[in-house]
Amino acid sequence: MVTNPSIDTHPLSAEVGQEPLLAVDNLHVEFTTRQGVVRAVNGVSYTVHAGESLAVLGESGSGKSVTAQAIMGILDMPPARIPKGEIRFRGTDMLKLSDQARSQIRGQRIAMVFQDALSALNPVFTVGWQIGEMFRVHRGMSKRDAQKKAIELMERVRIPAARQRVNDYPHQFSGGMRQRIMIAMSIALDPEVLIADEPTTALDVTVQAQIMELLAELQRESNMGLILITHDLGVVADVADKIAVMYAGRIVEGAPVHDVYKNPAHPYSKGLLDSIPRVDQKGQELYAIKGLPPNLLDMPSGCAFHPRCPYRRDNCVTDVPPLYEISGTRGSACHYYREVLDGTLG
Amino acid sequence: MGRYVLRRLLQAIPVLLGTTFLIFAIVYALPGDPLQALAGEKRVDPVFAAAMREQFHLNEPLIVRYGYYLRDIVSGDFGTTFRGLPVSTIFEGKFQVTLKLALTAVIFEGIIGIGLGLWAALRRGRWEDKAVLAVTLLMVSIPTLVSGFVLQLMLGVKLKLATGIDFFPVAGVQDGVRSYLLPGFVLAMVSIAYLTRLTRTSLMETLRADYVRTAIAKGMPRRRVLGRHALRNSLIPMVTYLGADLGTLMGGAVITETIFNLPGIGQQLFLSVYLRENPVVVGIVTVLVLIYIVANLVVDLLYAVLDPRIRYE
Ligand SMILES: Nc1ncnc2c1ncn2[C@@H]1O[C@H](COP(=O)(O)OP(=O)(O)OP(=O)(O)O)[C@@H](O)[C@H]1O
Ligand code: SF4
Ligand SMILES: [Mg+2]
Repeated sequence: MVTNPSIDTHPLSAEVGQEPLLAVDNLHVEFTTRQGVVRAVNGVSYTVHAGESLAVLGESGSGKSVTAQAIMGILDMPPARIPKGEIRFRGTDMLKLSDQARSQIRGQRIAMVFQDALSALNPVFTVGWQIGEMFRVHRGMSKRDAQKKAIELMERVRIPAARQRVNDYPHQFSGGMRQRIMIAMSIALDPEVLIADEPTTALDVTVQAQIMELLAELQRESNMGLILITHDLGVVADVADKIAVMYAGRIVEGAPVHDVYKNPAHPYSKGLLDSIPRVDQKGQELYAIKGLPPNLLDMPSGCAFHPRCPYRRDNCVTDVPPLYEISGTRGSACHYYREVLDGTLG
Repeated sequence: MGRYVLRRLLQAIPVLLGTTFLIFAIVYALPGDPLQALAGEKRVDPVFAAAMREQFHLNEPLIVRYGYYLRDIVSGDFGTTFRGLPVSTIFEGKFQVTLKLALTAVIFEGIIGIGLGLWAALRRGRWEDKAVLAVTLLMVSIPTLVSGFVLQLMLGVKLKLATGIDFFPVAGVQDGVRSYLLPGFVLAMVSIAYLTRLTRTSLMETLRADYVRTAIAKGMPRRRVLGRHALRNSLIPMVTYLGADLGTLMGGAVITETIFNLPGIGQQLFLSVYLRENPVVVGIVTVLVLIYIVANLVVDLLYAVLDPRIRYE
């Protein structure tokens, strides 16, 4: 029953046996800083299959973005270092590839959408130029053809009057439209995996839903694997197939989305769910996980969540919980996941 | 874009009026009687003095004299000195010398400053970067007077004596472009140091920008990420500095022109202040201000070309 998370990735893969498109396996990332070594990612494992959406949840600083940047290969090394782990894309460990080979994947086969499109788009080039650049540089297209492609993509992400707006600059668009442009750019070369790092955080609530819808639709159409990093548990249920909950640079629970919603298997995921405002609890005070996120320079012993965990027992302080396999598709890094599931603890 | 240009042009007018008036007022507010200063120890004939005062409007209030002055300048007449020499004849050829000197300096500044700055930014934290920081610190700390004489002696005199070849002429302008190399460099030194540091900071800042990360995530080659995505953005402050510096350099040419005996406007300015030839002083400074304003105008326009956010304001 007890599995070592560093070897086994099955609990998080939807279809056991089928080679996943992307597999992050026991990934460790650390940053050398003046204060010491920041262990931002400590053994993260997750997989994404074609056509599958994985939502990565977790509070600020839990290592969601760093993991994504490691997959993209855009970490600054140094100060970053990857002392351990594999990132397999179609079975090949990308961490072992040459820079040359890696850059053939980056942007073309694995693409990324960033949080704040205003700062993520270059202010001095037109949006058409920036989208078209993908075709000019990676496909050797002429300026005119690339421009045509840019317009097509802008239409595909439903930017009104794309033909007229292709020569506009990022600052001339609204936030939602800018994020659409960012998405158009990322899907330009039909990537197999798309990573969206909090793609809607910078937007109005109404626009957020539209952007999520667009991402889901694009994914369905092209059968991409989607990694959706988000704080927003509300959208996860609609879009994601499975969830990976991160805490202190580790996955604490990985499971199909409905399992988690119905019955979380880790006190931290439970806390996250309880902190979503619900209609039936209107008027009641919102639940908030007490305490502060852990200091990555000085991680708590045993279970990193123990200082904040309402279910803590003595051995939690000393023993690091492995990712226990609950079922073929589900895992929890809590010694007492069974009691958490049954509701007999606490 | 058209409206932006027009607005900038219109904005330049009050600046021009304000600055020229200020200069005019300061120069004419200098203590002492200019006629008496010209005459030296001798007594000035009161009838002659009165006639001169009349001719040069010395009895009118300052603002009226400024009005006369403006009227003349607009028609290209910078006035005459008390000795009856038209100011424009005194100018002849001198602005070209100073302009050539300043342009040489700006070229040095652009090539060395931007080059060194980019190099340092890309090697940030390593010994090359630290060396650049140390050298630029040295460059700003040495007064032009010292660096001018030292370089003149080392690269001009000693090198010629050692090799027999006159690489860098040390005085005058009779050797064409070569005459300007050494003084141009001396004039540029402090600015080179500033531009180097500005370039370094600016590129380092853009390299941290989100859109640079995006370019990398798009799989763009490193050369393109740097040369297109980062450089284009960090160019904005550099161009601004370079353009504004052209004006500063022309004004700062006084010392360099004196050291290298270049018959430029700086030398003339120095002489005219000494001789209290007010029309010449005001004329020179007015032209310098004009150049400064035009340079800034060009910078503003370049700025708009480089940064679309300004253009569409
Ligand atoms: N360049 C860096 N140098 C040092 N520490 C870093 C660096 N980049 C990230 N970190 C640290 O790594 C940890 C994880 O950061 P990460 O950006 O992955 O968090 P996140 O889960 O994406 O949070 P958020 O929800 O706020 O985006 C943070 O504590 C952060 O301080
Ligand atoms: S292992 Fe212990 S401290 Fe950690 S989440 Fe489970 S009960 Fe809480
Ligand atoms: Mg993040």
